[in-house]
Amino acid sequence: MASAAHSLDAEPIRYDEDIVRAFVIAAMFWGVAAFAVGLFIALQLAFPVLNLGLEWTTFGRLRPLHTSAAIFAFGGNVLFATSLYVVQRTCRAPLFGGPPAAQFLFWGYQFFIVLAAIGYLTGVTQGKEYAEPEWYADLWLTIVWVVYLVVYGGTLLRREEPHIYVVNWFFLAFILTVAVLHVVNGLAMPVSPFSAKSYPIWPGVQGALVQWWYGHNAVGFFLTAGFLGIMYYFVPKQAERPIYSYRLSIIHFWALIFLYIWAGPHHLHYTALPDWAQTLGMTFSVMLWMPSWGGMINGLMTLSGAWDKLRTDPVLRFLIASVGFYGMATFEGPVMSIKAVNGLSHYTDWTIGHVHSGALGWVAFVSFGAIYFLVPRLWGRAQLYSLKLVSVHFWISTLGIVLYISSMWVSGILQGLMWRAYDRLGFLQYAFIETVEAMHPFYLIRALGGLLFVLGALIMVYNLWRTTRGEVRREAAYGQLPALATA
Amino acid sequence: MLKHHRLIETNIVLLGALTLITIAIGGIVEIVPLFTIETTIERVEGVRPYTPLELAGRSIYIREGCYNCHSQQIRPFRDEVERYGHYSLAAESMYDFPFQWGSKRTGPDLARVGGKYSGDWHVQHLIEPRGLVPETIMPAYAFMAHRPLEYRDIALHLRANRRLGVPYTDDMITHAATDLVAQADPRKDSADLLRRYPKTVVAKYHGDPDTVTELDALVAYLQMLGTLVDVSAYRAKDLQQ
Repeated sequence: MASAAHSLDAEPIRYDEDIVRAFVIAAMFWGVAAFAVGLFIALQLAFPVLNLGLEWTTFGRLRPLHTSAAIFAFGGNVLFATSLYVVQRTCRAPLFGGPPAAQFLFWGYQFFIVLAAIGYLTGVTQGKEYAEPEWYADLWLTIVWVVYLVVYGGTLLRREEPHIYVVNWFFLAFILTVAVLHVVNGLAMPVSPFSAKSYPIWPGVQGALVQWWYGHNAVGFFLTAGFLGIMYYFVPKQAERPIYSYRLSIIHFWALIFLYIWAGPHHLHYTALPDWAQTLGMTFSVMLWMPSWGGMINGLMTLSGAWDKLRTDPVLRFLIASVGFYGMATFEGPVMSIKAVNGLSHYTDWTIGHVHSGALGWVAFVSFGAIYFLVPRLWGRAQLYSLKLVSVHFWISTLGIVLYISSMWVSGILQGLMWRAYDRLGFLQYAFIETVEAMHPFYLIRALGGLLFVLGALIMVYNLWRTTRGEVRREAAYGQLPALATA
Repeated sequence: MLKHHRLIETNIVLLGALTLITIAIGGIVEIVPLFTIETTIERVEGVRPYTPLELAGRSIYIREGCYNCHSQQIRPFRDEVERYGHYSLAAESMYDFPFQWGSKRTGPDLARVGGKYSGDWHVQHLIEPRGLVPETIMPAYAFMAHRPLEYRDIALHLRANRRLGVPYTDDMITHAATDLVAQADPRKDSADLLRRYPKTVVAKYHGDPDTVTELDALVAYLQMLGTLVDVSAYRAKDLQQ
């Protein structure tokens, strides 16, 4: 791609790749950290002694560390890396603001992550899921985010291409919407300018809806729109096929960003939130199935006529499997948003399983695919160190995900049913603690799934590290059937 | 369609503006009415601002991330009402900044845990959960037992809440620190505290009687949860939103 762009111009465009490399390294670092903390807290639920009796290592403090590390540190750095790589190439222009702005973006964002993480461990939190950082960290992130918008939008403004490519619509919608969500949900009243503690300005029931408007759209725009941007660029690039349907891209984009925003109330079914808001949230969540699958079809069908590449290209396999998981998770989501289903699933592990089929299957897999695509190009290597290891990584993580989500389906539905079980005399059949006990085997299986996922990520780090050194593993050409190879 | 869309695809400002409008609609339609429709919050008696000690306890609840495993929101289902008590009302969290309804029940719901167990039970359970409930997977919070509660700036906390709309009076803010100490010291006269905050439970739960500990504050918060509104005094019709 880079070379093609160069050959069109008299003067080669000097893309800023230093910054993309830095974000890729950060993404892998935080990714392994996030997965490892996830494994640790999964084990805490199976073996509470692992809370270690220390205030800094309780599940209550480590769980936000895990979720934030996965979403914002791993996911965020992947989004920075890919969006800044893609915007330069699709605009045929270097980054607006040049290396100084890009460097600020990188170090500013890493500083935010560290600031938030230190807060979690020491108990400095706003107590709102996925929006835990306190007011000072929120303010800092706002500054970084505005610079991101300026760098990204500025690059689009100075583009040499008349069109703004589809991938950039998604990245732009992600940057703009996350800014709106972050600012509105983050509004808070500090106790004093010298106190880390603040009180969010939205009270009780209104606060609940603002929070889940934020929370669900952190999924919708951070973990979906942004990563759909990745899909729209890296799937066609890796498959060497144009996107399946341009018209579908347009419908997909506008329908997705319009509908997603409404879905938040499905996190508050049967709560003190007024019924009309719950019903509205449910209705739009079910409608959201359509654009989600429109996007999935657009990604998957890009392979039409080239399905055989799945056999020979494990990187493409990551990308396509991620779109498959996306389709599965975005079907399961609308089902769970139906009030009758939600009555059973809410408050249980089913939700946790659903989140992870999206986070591991979709977000992480599409990220892995993009990073496997990027690293050889960014470090100027002809190929990855080992495609075989990519394949091992793929299968070990897929197995991990299957163990994870199937164990959470069983434990979630089991616990939901136990809570509402009555005996023959009409009394509640189970004490709460009996339902906790019943979770133990599934927590073990889930932890095993998590372990496999961590191992996969470590294999990836090893593979990428060898790739950056320009090494190539001596192995048989990948995906060739022996009979055909010798024929 | 493709022809018209070309306009948007070639104009970054237009694309950005249309995107912002598109994403604004849903949020505005859903959120704004919650502030304007009067029936969003039921009209019930009894909800009062947190006492200074309860507020400090709530801050510890948030600090420890209890919401990661405990909900505070009982749904109107037969089994939940039998297990936890009357379903939760919006009014009961009207002074909550932030709400702590939670999203997961790794442990039981706590919306009406107040008064369900004795203070001693809570103390023992927080210090060594498995001493009381062998199967529990809750972390131990022994470190709170002897740590003095930091409450020098408690009046500022009340003031911050007042700025957000909680009806703390000047009187309450002035006496914030004395009220806090009084709630954790049954030896002292608590008449003023009870006048300012009806239904307050005065108790010293654990440790040195002259030191208010973090554990005292947390248990004070847990013991008041769900106790303010006498839900039995209302019929379903009165609680319609």
